[in-house]
Amino acid sequence: MIEFHLDPASGVATYVQLVQQVHQALQLGLLEPGDRLPTAQQVVALLAINPNTVLKAYRDLEREGLVRARPGLGTFVVGTLPRTDPVSQARFRRSMASWLRSARAAGLGPQEIEAIYRTALRDCFSEDVA
Amino acid sequence: MSAPALETVGLGKSYGRRWALTDCTLSIPAGHVVGLVGPNGAGKTTLLHLAVGLLRPSAGTIAVLGETPHDDPAALARIGFLAQDSPAYSRLTVAQHLQMGAWLNPSWDAGFANARVVDLGFDVRQRAGSLSGGQRAQLALTLAVAKRPELLLLDEPVASLDPLARREFLQTLMEVVAEHGVSVVMSSHLIADLERVCDYLVVLVSGQVALTGDVETLLASHHRLVGPRRDDLSMPANQSVIEASHVGKQSTLLVRTDDPILDPAWSVTPVNLDDVVLAYMRQARDGAAAAAPGLAVAR
Repeated sequence: MIEFHLDPASGVATYVQLVQQVHQALQLGLLEPGDRLPTAQQVVALLAINPNTVLKAYRDLEREGLVRARPGLGTFVVGTLPRTDPVSQARFRRSMASWLRSARAAGLGPQEIEAIYRTALRDCFSEDVA
Repeated sequence: MSAPALETVGLGKSYGRRWALTDCTLSIPAGHVVGLVGPNGAGKTTLLHLAVGLLRPSAGTIAVLGETPHDDPAALARIGFLAQDSPAYSRLTVAQHLQMGAWLNPSWDAGFANARVVDLGFDVRQRAGSLSGGQRAQLALTLAVAKRPELLLLDEPVASLDPLARREFLQTLMEVVAEHGVSVVMSSHLIADLERVCDYLVVLVSGQVALTGDVETLLASHHRLVGPRRDDLSMPANQSVIEASHVGKQSTLLVRTDDPILDPAWSVTPVNLDDVVLAYMRQARDGAAAAAPGLAVAR
C-alpha cells in the first residue's frame, strides 16, 4: 500500500500528482502486481480532496493498463513499469553534476541553467513526438 | 438524469431598496462539490438562504433538487444547511444535540451520528458552549450530515477555524461525499481549499453571477498570455480578454478560449483557480466602477 501526498505549490493538477506517485512507486518497486491501492475514501480522508479527483486518477491508471478496479474489493496493481536501474541513474547524475559545474564556472546562475534545462528537455522529447 | 442540485432563473432578492442579488441564473448539476466565491457582500449568504428557504425571492425562481425550498417541508428534509460560524446551542450537551437531531429529522442516521461523535473524541456530556471552534464546526457538520440530506449547503464553514481544524473539517466533508455521494455547495474565501475539494465553481460579484462552470473545464479554457506590448486588444473572435495589464514593453493577458492560441507572439502558460477567480472579481468590480459615472451623467 502506498500513501499519497500533495504539493499544492507545484502547479501540477492533483489527479496528475496521484498518477505520477503510482508511476514512481512502480518504478521503485514499492508497488507490485497484486498490491491494492488505497480506496478513494481513504485517500480523501487523508488529503481532503474531492473524491472524483481520486477516481479520475485511478481511471487514468486503468486506461494505461497498470491497475484494475475489482468491484467491492478495491483497485489492484496489475501492470509493471520498467524499473529504473540505480547504477545508470547514478551515472547520469554524475555527468549532469559535472555539466552543472562547468555551466556555473561559465557564470550562469540557477535560473538561467533551469531555463536551458527546460528548453532542452522539451526539445528532446518533442523530437520523439514529431 | 436527476434534477439539478440548484437551479435559479432570474433570481433576485432585495432588502428594501438595495438588491443583494440580481438576475441570477444558474444550473448546477447534482453530484458536485461546488465552491461559491466572491467578495464580502456579493450575495453568497443571500443565495444560500434562498436555497434553504430562509428567504423568499423578490424576483425570479429557485429550485433545489427540483423542488421549491420555501413553504415545502418535504423539500427541506432533503437539504442540510450549516450557517456561518457553525452555530450550536451553547447550553445543550453534545448528546442533547444528537437527541434533538433525532427528534426533528425523520431520516436521522443515529448510527452515523453516534459513531462520528466517538471518532471525534467528544465527551457527549460536554456542553456545546465549551467546545473549541473546530469541535463546534465538526458537531454542526455531524448534525447536518446525520439527517442524510441529498444536498449540503455550507456558509463559510471553515472561515474561523485554524489550519488544522480546517483540514480536519474538509477531510470529514470529503469522506462524507465519497461515502454517501451527497452534493455540496460551500461558500469560502479560501481558494486554495476550494481548489482541493471543489469540482464546480460559482463566482458571485455585486449580486450577479460573474462565472460558473466545471473547474476542470474552466482551468482548461483560461490561459495567461505574455508578449510584446499591445494596447489595442483586437483579439480573434474566439478569444475574450478577461484581464489585461501593460508594463513597459510587455503585455500580460488572461484570456478565455476553447481553441488553441496560434499567435506566436504570445507565450502561453496555464492558470490556477486563484488566477481565474481574482481576474473575474476584478473584471466585475472595474466594470461596475466604469459604468457608475455614466449612470450619474444620465441623471
